[in-house]
Amino acid sequence: MTPPGVLVAGAVVCYLAGALAAFLSNDRWGRALGALGAGSGALVSLGLGIAALTTGSVFTAVLGVLPLTGLALRIDGLSAFFLIVVALVGVASAVFGYGYSASYQGRYSLRRLGALFNLLLLTLTLQVMADNVLTFLLLWEAMSLVAYLLVLTEHDELATIRAANWYIAITHVGFAALLAMFFLLSAGDPAAAFDSLRANAPALAHRNMIFLLALFGFSAKAGLIPLHIWLPMAHPVAPSHVSALMSGVVIKMGVYGFCRVVLDLLGGGPAWWGGLVLALGVASAVFGVLYALMEHDLKRLLAYHSVENIGIIFIGIGAGLMFQSYGLMTLAVLGFVAGLYHTINHACFKGLLFLGAGSVLHATRTRNMEEMGGLIKRMPRTALAFLIGAASISALPPLNGFASEWLVFQTLLGGSQIPQPSVALIMPIAVALLALTGGLAMACFVKAFGITFLAIPRSRAAEEAHESPASMQVGMGILALACVGLGLIPFFVVPVLGRALAGLGRLPSGAATLTVSFPLSIPGTFGSMSSPLLAAGLLLLLGLVPLALWLIGANRRIRIGDTWGCGRIGQTPRMQYTATAFAEPLRRVFAELYRPTQDLSIDFHPESKYFVQSIEYQTEIHPWFEKLLYQPLIRLFRQIADRVRWIQAGWLGLYLTYMLVGLVALLALAWWAP
Amino acid sequence: MQLFSKILRVGVVTEPLGGESEAVELARRVEMKTRALGRSVAIREVDAGSCNGCEIEITGLTSPVYDLERFGLHFVASPRHADLLLVTGPVTRNMEVPLRKTYEATPDPKVVVAVGDCAKSCGVFKGSYAVAGSVDAVIPVDVFVHGCPPEPADILRGILAALDRLPGK
Amino acid sequence: MSEWLVEVFQPFLALALAPGLVGFIRWVKARLQSRSGPPPWQPYRELRKLFRKEAVVSGNASWLFRFAPYVLFASTLAIAFLVPLLVVPRHFDMVGDLFVVVYLLLLGTFWLALAGLDVGSAFGGMGSSRAVTVAALSEPTIATAIFSLALGAGSTNLGAIVMATMSEPSTVLTPGHLLAFAALAIVTIAEAGRLPVDNPATHLELTMIHEAMILEYSGRYLALLQCGSWLKLFVFFSLLANLFFPWGVATTLTLGALAWAVVTLLLKLVLLAVALAVLETRVAKLRLFRVPELLSTSFLLALLAITSSFLLR
Repeated sequence: MTPPGVLVAGAVVCYLAGALAAFLSNDRWGRALGALGAGSGALVSLGLGIAALTTGSVFTAVLGVLPLTGLALRIDGLSAFFLIVVALVGVASAVFGYGYSASYQGRYSLRRLGALFNLLLLTLTLQVMADNVLTFLLLWEAMSLVAYLLVLTEHDELATIRAANWYIAITHVGFAALLAMFFLLSAGDPAAAFDSLRANAPALAHRNMIFLLALFGFSAKAGLIPLHIWLPMAHPVAPSHVSALMSGVVIKMGVYGFCRVVLDLLGGGPAWWGGLVLALGVASAVFGVLYALMEHDLKRLLAYHSVENIGIIFIGIGAGLMFQSYGLMTLAVLGFVAGLYHTINHACFKGLLFLGAGSVLHATRTRNMEEMGGLIKRMPRTALAFLIGAASISALPPLNGFASEWLVFQTLLGGSQIPQPSVALIMPIAVALLALTGGLAMACFVKAFGITFLAIPRSRAAEEAHESPASMQVGMGILALACVGLGLIPFFVVPVLGRALAGLGRLPSGAATLTVSFPLSIPGTFGSMSSPLLAAGLLLLLGLVPLALWLIGANRRIRIGDTWGCGRIGQTPRMQYTATAFAEPLRRVFAELYRPTQDLSIDFHPESKYFVQSIEYQTEIHPWFEKLLYQPLIRLFRQIADRVRWIQAGWLGLYLTYMLVGLVALLALAWWAP
Repeated sequence: MQLFSKILRVGVVTEPLGGESEAVELARRVEMKTRALGRSVAIREVDAGSCNGCEIEITGLTSPVYDLERFGLHFVASPRHADLLLVTGPVTRNMEVPLRKTYEATPDPKVVVAVGDCAKSCGVFKGSYAVAGSVDAVIPVDVFVHGCPPEPADILRGILAALDRLPGK
Repeated sequence: MSEWLVEVFQPFLALALAPGLVGFIRWVKARLQSRSGPPPWQPYRELRKLFRKEAVVSGNASWLFRFAPYVLFASTLAIAFLVPLLVVPRHFDMVGDLFVVVYLLLLGTFWLALAGLDVGSAFGGMGSSRAVTVAALSEPTIATAIFSLALGAGSTNLGAIVMATMSEPSTVLTPGHLLAFAALAIVTIAEAGRLPVDNPATHLELTMIHEAMILEYSGRYLALLQCGSWLKLFVFFSLLANLFFPWGVATTLTLGALAWAVVTLLLKLVLLAVALAVLETRVAKLRLFRVPELLSTSFLLALLAITSSFLLR
């Protein structure tokens, strides 16, 4: 077997061994063996992805394990890139999960958790290599089911069951769309390999329908508006290392699928395809961050930010599609590169943030930010890791979030080259909304980090918090290093991504068009930027300032005192700002979009209405997608189901009669229409 | 536009500050520690239970006529930013601890100027059940400015005396 | 060699002049209030005094509180390296463009807002909350104005924008250019914390935005924060002056050209300073929940700027 084949086999063996070992052994060993299997499998596939991406070779294999077509695997540039994404977050989650799942001991089955975790990583790894329709769909469904079972880990909580139900429902609706899409794409031939699909694509009849079904199906997995509703429900209730994997990797499968089908197999399309994707991306970004701002459940906040960042990824991809339709190939490649760069960056920093949230959850047993505080002194390493994640997601230079957002901005700026002014005007609006999103994301993470980690603990649990075990710190450290590293090397990543996209869907060979110089300056775009020089400059200045202070002989004395509170006597945690209060100005500004409900009840003293006994104020924000979109649909289906229910009378004889009638009808049909 | 034509008509109305006054009493030697403050001093005013008569005179200091900013003085909101505490009123029992906390919140080097007769000897409130004592009993005072209330010019001279910057000296 | 010298000297010139700019604004405001006021070099005395004071730090604060002033100061100074003050900084130009400038400003705001939350006081939390709201709502305007400028110059790098405007003086009178200037002027007021968005001299905590975050700082930390905020105003003024009306920026490195650059820069800054002082004297501070209306107005101006740029190409 060729070296890539060996690595693939190695990864599969590691994962299967981990799953089996976890399942067959007892809880303690199950935890360790599961983590070992997952970690080693992820490392092997990381090596595979890097090797495939750097050598540029394409590896194919067809295994006869599946009937009809066999399990067809193919690693090209796109697959290799997504393998790296899966593996990087997989390794960190596996290491983290070893320490984290200890808290489930005695309550839930650790063997099941370890086994399912390995299976999820296995399906994810094979998914990005799928090379024919049946393989793709089977692995997709397997991945969704395993993820569903993992979300159900804490199955004693009612919220978990409800979240899992929503997740499986929307995933299957998306899957139905994907089935229909592949049916149209392969013109009814289920045994079609992707190669033949690629060849037949230009001549296909229903390209627009295929595109819309692909968008629907893949955005259900990715969490794009309006199919995002399961994300803020399912990701918080899953175990934290599973949340990290889901938010970091599983939703990226939607991105992978979309790129594979629309870019690779269909080869791009008219401008409105890109415009639609761009619009959905912008809407997801803005609504995601707006709802994230109002959350005070730490993991729900992070889940809404996943919606936002998926929106940003699709902004890049949508812009790329639009430029491709206008023949602006350099900008098209840039758009896709920006989208993919943001994919891996988001996987890293969102994974890091979820692991950090898991660490906090492990220590304080609560996800509610309003009960935390002062954790930076009790959990310094978790706080540092979370700070790096928060700075990355806020797109602060010189970390990785900034590098990819800069690229997305430059792509959108290129929109000025679109010939029609009416179409080109979408770009400045997208730029403005993307900038708004970036600013709001920063505001949200000041809130998230500040309320959770800083100042005084707001509850006993936060007071008694302690630092996480070493495995959890190592897991976070891996991703933190990745965030910093990816931020410092954009001039390296961009050409590599360009090469990965080479040849896909009428895109010219990446290496020729993306000759990128150091600093990062791409021909055809508007600006240049150098992350490492920026980082070096900032560090230099950071060092110069204390030196200058020492030289001028500044007073270096520090005296510890009380927080200034206008001379008040004593300070309680209630005197600090709360998360809800922090976000209140923005809630007021965007009140029309949020439509918060307010409930104010004042109890007066029975003797006189000038004396108030108690005031109760309650405000709630219900995301109106559920109310306007889903509830009517669910009501409609319930009504239809009520009407049709009479068919199932519960009598076995009736069902047998139905089968007899159906059989007779089929025979008659076969007789009359041979 | 009416505003700007009025500004042009009126011009600058700041009056020069005279020299000595009997209202200013130096309680301690001030030269050493105020050298570090130079010609930029931030003042935090603390009302330790006064009737606000002194406060009204102090607000006159920011008016164009007396204009304490020309001496490099300015009022600040937080004692952390302050170099000089301007204390008025007899220290009531409720304000004793806040006054001490304000003093502790102010970074060194700092100066304290007590304004008004109440600050020195509790004035008309002497012996009241609500009064804890004079300002000097709670925090160390550098300069007393006598008067009930003292004129803004006297208060300004008191502040400058605390900084060892009295004109004509 | 001498080009490097000038490019490295520029940001430190900005640092040296920034307190003077703020002092000059205060002096003009004092004269407009019929007072004699402090001399224009008063902020230098303030800094000198602050460096000699001890720092009192709250027991609740963590390492973040002591680290934030350095980050804010360093990031603002880093922006000063990218701004074309006297010459176009050709060597630093490729390191960052206008988006880098915007996000470096966000870096400073991020750290300062966290520091405001670190001490556990209600004032700090309130200041942080308001500051990030204003920062987030100014973002669309800045991005659209950058787009409009970049459209004309073909690049988001500051040097390219300056060179493009200098080579085609007629672009100054295009509606896109002027509208973008108006939009960025409003954003300058918002980001630098001047009236009518934020009163830098207020003592009422409920009216503070920037002040509230630094309420707990003292000594050298306060000096760094004040100097950083003055440098931010200086950088904004320099950007307004030299991106939109770049004449005077030296294209050669002769002594005469540099001297002329200094003179024109000072002239432009004095004009902007007097304009700001007059504005601050005339208007009252806006209620906090009216500030988004002001920022939406600036966004509309920026949007009009870009639309006209697109249509008039």
